[in-house]
This record gives sequence, C-alpha cells and structure tokens, in this order.
Amino acid sequence: MNKTAGISGIFQDPDLVLKAAEGIRREGYRKYDFHTPYPLHGLDAAMGIKRTILPWIAFGAGLLGAAVALHLQWWTGAVDYPLVIGGKPFFAFEPSIPITFELTILATAIATVVGMFALNRLPQWFSKWQNDPQFQRATDDAFVVTVDAEDPLYHTDKTRALLESLGAEHVRVVEYHEE
Amino acid sequence: MSTVMEKDRQRNWNVEGGGTLAVDSHSLREPLVEGTPGMKDVTETVSRVIEAKPTRLWYITVTLTGALAAWGIFTILYTTFTGIGVWGNNQPVGWAWDITNFVFWIGIGHAGTLISAILFLFRQKWRTAINRSAEAMTIFAVICALIFPIIHTGRPWVAVYWLLPLPNQMDLWVNFRSPLLWDVFAVGTYFTVSALFWFVGLVPDFATLRNRAKNKIGKWAFSFFSMGWTGANRHWHRYEKAYLILAGISTPLVLSVHTIVSFDFAVSVIPGWHTTIFPPYFVAGAIFSGFGMVLTLMIIARKLLNLEQFITIKHIENMNKVLMATGLMVGYAYGIEFFIAWYSGNPYERFVFINRALGPYGWAYWTMVTCNVLIPQLFWFRKIRRHLLITWIISIFVNIGMWFERFVIIVTSLHRDFLPSSWGMFTPTWVDVSIFAGTVGLFLTLFLVFAKYIPVLAISEIKGILPGAQPKHGHH
Repeated sequence: MNKTAGISGIFQDPDLVLKAAEGIRREGYRKYDFHTPYPLHGLDAAMGIKRTILPWIAFGAGLLGAAVALHLQWWTGAVDYPLVIGGKPFFAFEPSIPITFELTILATAIATVVGMFALNRLPQWFSKWQNDPQFQRATDDAFVVTVDAEDPLYHTDKTRALLESLGAEHVRVVEYHEE
Repeated sequence: MSTVMEKDRQRNWNVEGGGTLAVDSHSLREPLVEGTPGMKDVTETVSRVIEAKPTRLWYITVTLTGALAAWGIFTILYTTFTGIGVWGNNQPVGWAWDITNFVFWIGIGHAGTLISAILFLFRQKWRTAINRSAEAMTIFAVICALIFPIIHTGRPWVAVYWLLPLPNQMDLWVNFRSPLLWDVFAVGTYFTVSALFWFVGLVPDFATLRNRAKNKIGKWAFSFFSMGWTGANRHWHRYEKAYLILAGISTPLVLSVHTIVSFDFAVSVIPGWHTTIFPPYFVAGAIFSGFGMVLTLMIIARKLLNLEQFITIKHIENMNKVLMATGLMVGYAYGIEFFIAWYSGNPYERFVFINRALGPYGWAYWTMVTCNVLIPQLFWFRKIRRHLLITWIISIFVNIGMWFERFVIIVTSLHRDFLPSSWGMFTPTWVDVSIFAGTVGLFLTLFLVFAKYIPVLAISEIKGILPGAQPKHGHH
C-alpha cells in the first residue's frame, strides 16, 4: 500500500534555504527538515533547532571514565593485591594521571559518537523519502526541504503553495511503499 | 611580495564589484580548490575513483605490497613459533629494532590527528582536502605499530593478561605504576578514538555513495556503513557538535600519546633516556615524521587519482611549512640534549652523548641529523616548497631520518652499559628486517585498498568550503 511521506522541494541557493527555513517555521510547522550535502551555517538558528544535549552526555561520560580509571588503579594496586614494586607507593595520584586521562578521553569519545547516533535515531535501515530521486540529491548537489505528512498543519495544497512561495523548485508529493 | 598582494587585492576588488569593503578575507589568499567546481563535480571526482574498475596498475601494486605484507606475516609466525632469539636483540640491547619500529609507526600516525583535530580547531580550511587520507594513515600506522610490542611479548596469545587488567587464576593485576602499561592505554585509546573520528567523518560520504551505488554489494555495503544518513539538518546539528567534541578531545589525546610513548624511556634511569625534554621532543618528532609520510603518499595519490584540483600546490606548501617548523623543533631538541649532557656534569650522561655522535653508531646519528635537520632547511625557499619532485624526495629523507632517530635513541643508549664488561653491539637479523618490511607492505596495502574503496576526500567538507557554499547574510 502506498502512503504519503509528505511534500518535498529543492533549493539551489543557500541564502534562499535560510529564508525558507524561517518562513516554514513562522507558519508553525514542526515536522519539517532540510537535507543538505554539508552543514549550512545559520540554518540551525533559522529553523530554531534547540541546542543538543550531546555535550552534557560527553561530559558525564568523561567524568565516569575518570572515576572508573582512578578506582581501578586504586583498588587493584592498594586493596585487592598490594604488591611492592620498586618501593613505590601502592597508590598515588601522580602515576595514575596518564591512565586516568586516557580513559576519560576514551569514555568521552565513545559516548559522543554513540550519543550522536542515538539522538539522531540512527542507524536506520529505511527512510520514507529514500526512494525519491529528488531526495537523493540531498547527498549530492541540492538542498532538499521535506515537510512530513504527519505534521498537524500539513495540507497538500497549502503546504505546496507555501514551499513554492518560498522559492522551492520541483515541489511534489512523495509517496512510499509500506510493507 | 607586497606588490603581488596588492595585485591580488585589486583583482579581487574588481571581481567583487568596484572596491566594496565586503571583501572576504579568504579571497585575498590562494584558493583552496582550483577552477570553479560545483557540488556535482566534487561528488563525481571522488565517486569516480570508487565506482571505476580497479586499474591494472592498482592490481600490480597491491599484489607487490600484499606479497611484502605476507612475507612479514610469515616472519612474524616464524618468530612466534621459534622464539624471540631469531631477532638481533641481546644483552645489553634488549630493546632494539622492534621498539624502534613501534615508535616510528606510532609517530607516523600523529600527522593525521593533527590535521583532523588541531587544524580543525584552528579553523584551517585547507585541512579538508587532506584530512581523510591522513586519518586513514593514522589508523593503518597504529595497526603496524601495535604488531611490535605484541610480538615482542613472545607469546602473544597470553599477552592480553599482561597488557590489560583482566581477572586471572593468579589473582594478579597488571602493574599500573609502569609506563609500559600507560602506553597500552594511550595507544589503545588513540586507535579507538582515531577510528571513531574517521568513521564519523565518513558517514555522510558513504551516504553519497549509497545514493549513487549501482551494484548490489556496493548498495548494501554503503547502506550499512552510512547508517541511514540523509543529510537532515537536525542530524547535522548534532553531528557538527559531535565532530567538535571529538576534535577537542583528540587534540590533547594526540599530544598525550607520544608523551606517554616517551615516558617508556624518560621514566627509566638509562642515561640518554632519562631526560625531561623527551615528551615535547617526541611529539614534535611524531608530527614531523607524520607529515613526511603524508607528503610521500599524497604526492603520488593526487596524481594517480586525478585530485590535483583539490589537493593543490598550496596544500603541499602548507604541509612543507609544518614539516619545517616541526623539523626545527626536533633540531633544537638534538642540540639541547647535548647542552644538558654537558651542563648536568653527569659523566655517564656526557659519555652517552659523545658516544652517540662519535661512537660506533655515529653514522646512524649523522644520518639522522642530515635527514631531519639539514635537508629540510631547503624549505626556506618558496620555490622548493612548491616543487613536487623535490618535496617528495625530501619527504623520503624525513621518513628515513625519523626511523634513525628512534634507532639512535634506543640502541646507542643501551649498547654501552654502565660497566664496560657488559658493552655490546646490535645487528639486525634477516627476521628483524623482514618484519619491518612486512609492516611497510601492510601499511601500503591498507592504504591502496582505502584509496580504491573509500572516499579519499571528505566530500561533504569540501562542498562546504566551495566558493559561495555558505549563506552570504550570516545568521550566526
């Protein structure tokens, strides 16, 4: 059965994209997005995208990494099996710095990458838009705007007219096949 | 010089339409991309390499490097089944060829992270054309590096208990107070973070290839590795933040890795190793050697893959400047080591350094000085910095010189022990030489496979720096 994914259109001019983003946002649409071959400066602000919480996830993971590293070095060396090696103390902060630092970085990096994909709900094997040849240009040479049919304001004619008035070309309804 | 600038300025002003003050500061500089390619051209240029059938030249080269790698694997197996005795290591030279190679390969990797992380934080846009392949080199170099300490343990199959804190039947833990263990964590983290960073950068480019893929295997593979990337701006928002965080943490990471590698030596009490200059000296040397290797491979790759439009003479010149700056730092370190040996008043320290320059391994020392300090001085001349063949030859000298640097540090400090009765010499065996040659083969094979099947340029990043790619009326 074919279902409607929504309406898409393309832009060639980055300046128009910013204006269009503000226009769509002003109308009150929520479920829309611009698909671009590279990140466009200023588009986040124009679309009113909220700052991501990713840095906090990374920071939390970093703290966790540091805590785990310190605990590991202290517990194995000073509690579980204290062993005199070269007359050095069982635990001291100074020689623990390198490993604490490395594990902080490691945890931050893993959390950043995993967190980024998770917040983006990726990986995704299927997208409603994927078979639209126009949509595929978003990874090549065009800026593609999509307004989702699930948006409460979505209306085939009105949304189409809005996108056209904002300068989008080849505005069309995109359908997908649901299994 | 100033007249050239003036001419450029006028030309740009004319183009911009009669001297408005809104001249983009970048337009006063040499362009990063030659000609005026559009986004489509970038996609085409990079994808063509991957979508075309491999050439005969590629097959021949990959067979040769693959054979070299196979020979290396054979000699590694020979070492493992026979014992470390097949190497030239002895008393007093307990660390020799293998650790030299380890430090050499780790150092090669540092250019990739410098380009991808540090130059990103400094907003050096010229990095975009070279970061992908330099990062690939980082990962492959670290793989080659990791081989050496693992096989040096003699029994690699149980090495995991000596290297990682795993519970075992003896209830023993690894020694967290040893710099060698710090190194395990540093190199392990470095490999993981570099691989993650590289993968994140590749995701949008895999999506580009997925949308173009014609054959089934390509479609499936690129769909899998692109993770369903669509280029949605809500995704880009988090993606850019993630990239910034990764660059931010990779910067101290890359400085820490060779610092910790240098601790392997500096924290010991061997004269010639026990010096506080080692961490910055090793980091500078690592970046120096890394840029040498990047130039060696890039000058060939840009020609063979027709990327001259994107990897321009300006890129080569910039890399040569970095090479010269880090080369001077290394030269400074060579000098200061001698000064401190004299100034410390420690007779053992003095002996080691006089022996380094004038002793039995003096030829290795002077090879190192010639390759790393004297020859790169040619880069003071702009003509030479922009000359491909001369740059390529100098980069080979840098590779050789930096290998000898590690050899000199390790072998000359050890071969004259405190007591003359325990003095010795180190000569590599055919197994030593074969394993190193094998890692060179492995490195080149991995690079060739990368250059054929993975986008060698960061497609999305290059599109972002094309003229007119970004909105003019800045909203940020």
